[in-house]
Amino acid sequence: MSLLDIEKLHVEFGSVEAPFTAVDDLDLNIEAGEIIGIVGESGSGKSVTALALMGLIDFPGRVSAGRMAFAGRDLLGLTERERHAMLGRDIAMIFQDPMTSLNPCFTVAYQLMETLRVHQGGSKRQLREQALTLLKQVDIPDPEHRLDAYPHQLSGGMSQRVMVAMAIACNPRLLIADEPTTALDVTVQAQMLELLLQLQRERGMALMLITHDLSIIAQTAQRVVVMYAGQVVETGSVPRIFKTPRHPYTQALLAALPEYNIGQSRLKTLPGVVPGQYDRPGGCLLNPRCSYATDRCREIRPALSVEEDALVRCHFPLDAAGRLTHCIPEGSATA
Amino acid sequence: MSTPPHPLRELWDDFSRNRGAVTGLVIVCGLVLLALFADVIAPHSAIEQYRDATLMPPAWQEGGNSRFLLGTDPVGRDVLSRLIHGSRLSLLIGTVAVSLSLGLGIALGLLAGFFRGITEIAIMRLMDIMLALPSLLLAVAVVAILGPGLINAMYAISIVLLPHYARLTRAAVIGEMAKDYVSASRIAGAGTLRLMFNCVLPNCAAPLIVQATLGFSAAILDAAALGFLGLGAQPPTPEWGSMLASALEFIQSAWWVVTFPGLAILISVLAFNLMGDGLRDALDPKLKQ
Amino acid sequence: MFGFLLRRAGLVVPTFLGITLLVFSLIHMIPGNAVEALSGEHGMDPARYSRLVHEFGLDQPLYVQYFDYLGKLLKGDLGFSIVTHEPVVREFLTLFPATLELSFCAMLLALIIGLPAGILAALKRNTFLDYSVMGVSLTGYSMPIFWWALLLILLFSVTLGWTPVSGRIDILFDLPPVTGFMLVDSLLSGELGAFRSALSHLILPTIALGTIPLAVIARMTRSAMLEVLREDYVRTARAKGLSRLRVIAIHALRNALIPVVTVIGLQVGTLLAGAILTETIFSWPGIGKWLVEAIHRRDYPVVQGGILLSASIIILVNLSVDVLYGVINPRIRRSS
Repeated sequence: MSLLDIEKLHVEFGSVEAPFTAVDDLDLNIEAGEIIGIVGESGSGKSVTALALMGLIDFPGRVSAGRMAFAGRDLLGLTERERHAMLGRDIAMIFQDPMTSLNPCFTVAYQLMETLRVHQGGSKRQLREQALTLLKQVDIPDPEHRLDAYPHQLSGGMSQRVMVAMAIACNPRLLIADEPTTALDVTVQAQMLELLLQLQRERGMALMLITHDLSIIAQTAQRVVVMYAGQVVETGSVPRIFKTPRHPYTQALLAALPEYNIGQSRLKTLPGVVPGQYDRPGGCLLNPRCSYATDRCREIRPALSVEEDALVRCHFPLDAAGRLTHCIPEGSATA
Repeated sequence: MSTPPHPLRELWDDFSRNRGAVTGLVIVCGLVLLALFADVIAPHSAIEQYRDATLMPPAWQEGGNSRFLLGTDPVGRDVLSRLIHGSRLSLLIGTVAVSLSLGLGIALGLLAGFFRGITEIAIMRLMDIMLALPSLLLAVAVVAILGPGLINAMYAISIVLLPHYARLTRAAVIGEMAKDYVSASRIAGAGTLRLMFNCVLPNCAAPLIVQATLGFSAAILDAAALGFLGLGAQPPTPEWGSMLASALEFIQSAWWVVTFPGLAILISVLAFNLMGDGLRDALDPKLKQ
Repeated sequence: MFGFLLRRAGLVVPTFLGITLLVFSLIHMIPGNAVEALSGEHGMDPARYSRLVHEFGLDQPLYVQYFDYLGKLLKGDLGFSIVTHEPVVREFLTLFPATLELSFCAMLLALIIGLPAGILAALKRNTFLDYSVMGVSLTGYSMPIFWWALLLILLFSVTLGWTPVSGRIDILFDLPPVTGFMLVDSLLSGELGAFRSALSHLILPTIALGTIPLAVIARMTRSAMLEVLREDYVRTARAKGLSRLRVIAIHALRNALIPVVTVIGLQVGTLLAGAILTETIFSWPGIGKWLVEAIHRRDYPVVQGGILLSASIIILVNLSVDVLYGVINPRIRRSS
């Protein structure tokens, strides 16, 4: 049994008549102790997926799923109380902007101890002791001092460490890290990733790493899910995806990495942006931006299909050499 | 690509989407029309006393008469006509008080913004002191000096409103002066006066317009309060606040002389507040740019 | 924290001096004669006139007069009422508890209703409840409270006969003034009837005076709450598994209160100004009514003293609000 098992997750915003589909038919499962990367541009539905499984999507957002279970428990059928007991204890999450994610009115100690108190209780003294240990575990210098600091007195990297400390306080089985390094200085980013990996190893927790940056996935994850416009477009093991991307979108993301452009005068980029509420195309959602698109791509939305060792949502997946599987693009032939 | 709409057009689109704001605007337009054509619209004179019809209830009540739709006051004047003529006074007080304070406030704000140092400190300290006092207390103090009366009440209200405009203008001046295009035109040799009127003032117009609209409602409210206290317009002037004051002793017997003037004040103040809120919301995205 | 306090207090001194200067010049700005204004006597003979000129120090240069005035202020001497010949300070101190009692109750009412109404409106955004709260609040904000007070009297006193029209307590009860607060004094007297009478006299003025602060607080609370609920740290709090109540009452409200406290502080000034109207209508023997009567009677020492003392109270309240602001907003406290 997977730790997390999601089938056909659907998240919509906006009015019922003209909804905006933020997550579309998403299947995802995470094994215990696994590191999985979720990658895609902004607007591809990565964060919404995480928030949906946490139950943090508010009205007017609407969440439905064929199945959404954590360690065998149905997440959709949880009562309010059961959900509160689970969040922060079994599933924890850290966010992109550490500077705004901590409450400016309370000290670090208060916010750490609050998590501990709500989920396990204990005397004030014990809780403070534990909070201090947590700060030490996330390598915060001068932790005794930092306990009584307010968030505005901490740097971004420090704040994110406090967020991590808060997240791991109750030994969660799944840690969701939503762009944990994006808002940090480049020099701190590597340390933060290192810390997350170390904690993941020590505690054997599963880590769901959401990022727009494939190179972060390459250093950390075992498996990757590529999302585009609310849909999974490709999943597979990290080495396989980096070596032989099957989906044109994955290929384009890889091609945009600086590592793949050494010696080039210009970085390759994917033109255009992820479609929003009003410009969702018919057919394959990527077709306006895909250089391989054909008439078939413009008319029929592809399903997620098994391609040897991967799941790919494309009519014409690329072959192992990164070449097209249809020789002449039909579109250009008929146009 | 379609051309972007004219800024005023865009402003109107934003404004007209706000139902409350449009309601406010309609009422304000109605008030202006009432005030302009009071002589034509009002069925009676505002001060003529019909001795045969004192304290007559509104037309729909028993004992009422369709000659006096909203009834008559203790000395037999037509309440409706007095209310209609009163709209003149309220709008006049609003216009004069807001124009005076706006003019003076902008001038002081520009001075404080352009000539930093002692001028700024002196002006802004004075404005802070004035802001520290609640508006009615300050107005009462000014009337205590100048003596009761409609004109003095207008001066008092102008003084009360002044600091808001001065502060807004100064903040805008300082904000604009820090921007590159101002430095650029400075380097290009633009004089201080030119800078004031070409660069800075147009850029603080939006908040000033909003504040001026809200100033109208404050002016009407404070003028009525002063009139009610006997410190503003004096009887028999048909000013809404003083109408209320003179009706005070008849509260037990004649509800209409108490109810209608207050309703008139409430509706006008509400209209200006709705309009001001709507304007602020419509202008806000532009303020943030 | 201490430095922050000191700087705030430092700002108070020039403001206070400015107000003394304004109040001092009041007597020289009024049309007519300063001697007559200060003594209330008209058409006196030249000998008495010159004696009074000397007595009031009006033969001194203006700056000397101002420093004399300041010196007297420091000794608590604000002159004597022309009408009652009582010291202004004593009159003020006798009347102030009545205003304080009324203002306190009005503010309490505004907070008890305004805060929850604003919070609920924010939580139920764009629902009927939200629209109702906002509509009522905008109306309350635009309300001429002197008229509102009359309407209340018309309904509750005249039509329904539930509450008395004016005064602080029934004249049947002759209570010794212990604290000056009628509710407390009547309780101390042990007579339940007296307490009930005092309470019923207080209800309408409290509603009338509390309406504007209530409207302003509800509006401000709603918008502050809406802003805060969108913040990342609220999402963090929810992701920690805190209950909805705890997220709202601790994490969101604590931050939303920061701007609300400022507004509450500003409303104290509005209360004192509103007291001028409310007290006049309900014949409430407080400083608002006292001040208006003094203006009508041209009792200039009382006008001067009344304005100065009310302004000083407002400045002090604003200072304490600044301090409170520092206490609830750690960013101010520590970073300064």
